[in-house]
Amino acid sequence: MSFWIRNRGWATPALLLAPGALLFGVVIIASTVQSLWISLHQWDGMGPKVWVGFDNYRELFADRQFYTALRNNVIWLATFLLAPPLGLAIALLVNQSIKGMRLAKSLFFVPLVLSPAMVGVIYTWFYDPTYGLLALIFRAFGMEAPAILSNEHLVTLGVVIAALWPQITFCMVLFLAGLNNLDEEIIGAGRVDGAKGWPMLRHVVLPQLSQVAFLALAVSVIGALRSFDVVSVMTQGGPFGSSSVLAYLMYEQSIFSYRFGYGAAIATILFLIMIVFIVWYLWRMLRAEALEA
Amino acid sequence: MYPRPLAPDARMQRGVYMTIVAVILVLWLLPLIAVIATSFRSVEDILAGNYWGWPKSFAIGENYIDVFTETAMWRYILNSLIIALPTVLGVLVLSTFTGFVLSKFRFPGATLIFALFVGGNFLPHQIMMIPVRDLMVRVELYNTYFALIVFHVAFQTGFATLFMRNFIAALPGELFEAARSEGASQFQVLWHVVIPLVRPALAALAILTFTFVWNDYFWSIVLTQSDAVKPVTAGLANLKGEWMSAWNLIAAGTIIVAIPPVVMFFLMQKHFIAGLTLGAVKG
Repeated sequence: MSFWIRNRGWATPALLLAPGALLFGVVIIASTVQSLWISLHQWDGMGPKVWVGFDNYRELFADRQFYTALRNNVIWLATFLLAPPLGLAIALLVNQSIKGMRLAKSLFFVPLVLSPAMVGVIYTWFYDPTYGLLALIFRAFGMEAPAILSNEHLVTLGVVIAALWPQITFCMVLFLAGLNNLDEEIIGAGRVDGAKGWPMLRHVVLPQLSQVAFLALAVSVIGALRSFDVVSVMTQGGPFGSSSVLAYLMYEQSIFSYRFGYGAAIATILFLIMIVFIVWYLWRMLRAEALEA
Repeated sequence: MYPRPLAPDARMQRGVYMTIVAVILVLWLLPLIAVIATSFRSVEDILAGNYWGWPKSFAIGENYIDVFTETAMWRYILNSLIIALPTVLGVLVLSTFTGFVLSKFRFPGATLIFALFVGGNFLPHQIMMIPVRDLMVRVELYNTYFALIVFHVAFQTGFATLFMRNFIAALPGELFEAARSEGASQFQVLWHVVIPLVRPALAALAILTFTFVWNDYFWSIVLTQSDAVKPVTAGLANLKGEWMSAWNLIAAGTIIVAIPPVVMFFLMQKHFIAGLTLGAVKG
């Protein structure tokens, strides 16, 4: 017997798994680990890396811009928690079979397929204090529109609202799929018992949507923490760094200031925050699978 | 169904309900509607500051033609296609393999590999940025199509593996047992059983992957520099910087970039949604 036939029990799966696993391992996983290592160095991206231990982190923890970005990440996170309930609300609104509803649903979905960078462009124009549609609406009520993107107190909220738009859509899609998979018998039994409205939603419907709700929450938290595109397109972190987030600060420090070690330290902090949520997600996903099996 | 369906014969009620939905829909899409409206404004109107009043002249299509003749938009679109299409192909092939192995074979470390694929997809992109950029510079792929293709294939394989694994795991087990009892090798099982059955999943995965790659912005600005290779999202963000006041052109450009994913979504909505909600919803 040839080597091939004797070993094909494990050789075939190993050969099939190898290309994907190696590529993912080298480009994604190894790069991640390497960033942790680079964060302990001073590096301009070209010359030799100089070991500096935790100096980058010491500098970071004394940097006011870091705290601004961190605070903005918290604002993003808090605001994004609105995405699941608002997505559920729209899902409940459109979950009727009336003529024309199918098209309405499809149109509600549109923000989800737009590139986040395009969402940034769209809202920049919407917020334009002189010519934007928002200014027009304000004027219709006899008010002057605030210059949202150049006001350091409003800018982060303005950017988050733009990003919330596709996020709510994503949650709506998830909840609609969940609503279409409800157990009709339980719903019927609830109706026989006279349940309707809020108690019905709270005690009969939501428990059946727990898996979808969990996914909606997880993607919203992760989406909020790794926001970059919308910030980059709408404000580049400005004015004066007031709308920056960790992801953008990292990019700025690395690409514009050639401080790759410092940038890697910022990325590491973001990574450490996010890994908590990622592990939480994986743990729940794997546990749910184990229970099913 | 929840909420309780409106009665089919309550025509008045249904009409009112649909009107409310329509009003909310218009408010929901208002920022997008504003961009579409602006994309049809003539240059005279823009110069006169007349953005929302009755147009002096109608410029249907004028801005769209200008975007193509006066900017590198064709180049950007072509670049995006040159990057996205091979990426989709690569992801489909790799994830069919990984999904098959991770759903049908038990071996030590399988769960860990699977968790890394899934977890890796949720990482902040910035944690990979410096090493990936450095790697592409060193192998002289920086600022080429290949830099983006290699990265996107690697990254999307994570999500795609989850997708294909779940789909293949849900296929009826009898088919695999029948093939095995006939003495089919594992490779034959993959070729004659799995691949014919996963076609619908591959269609869904293809449009999802295409949309993700077409819409990518971060890696476009990290791994490319010149207009010759820059994808549409990065290209348009550039135009926004250069053409500050020509909002009619920026608006037309935005719509052009948005059209391919929106059209694909409308054509294959069912697949698209099935892909996005996988794992969360059974059935």
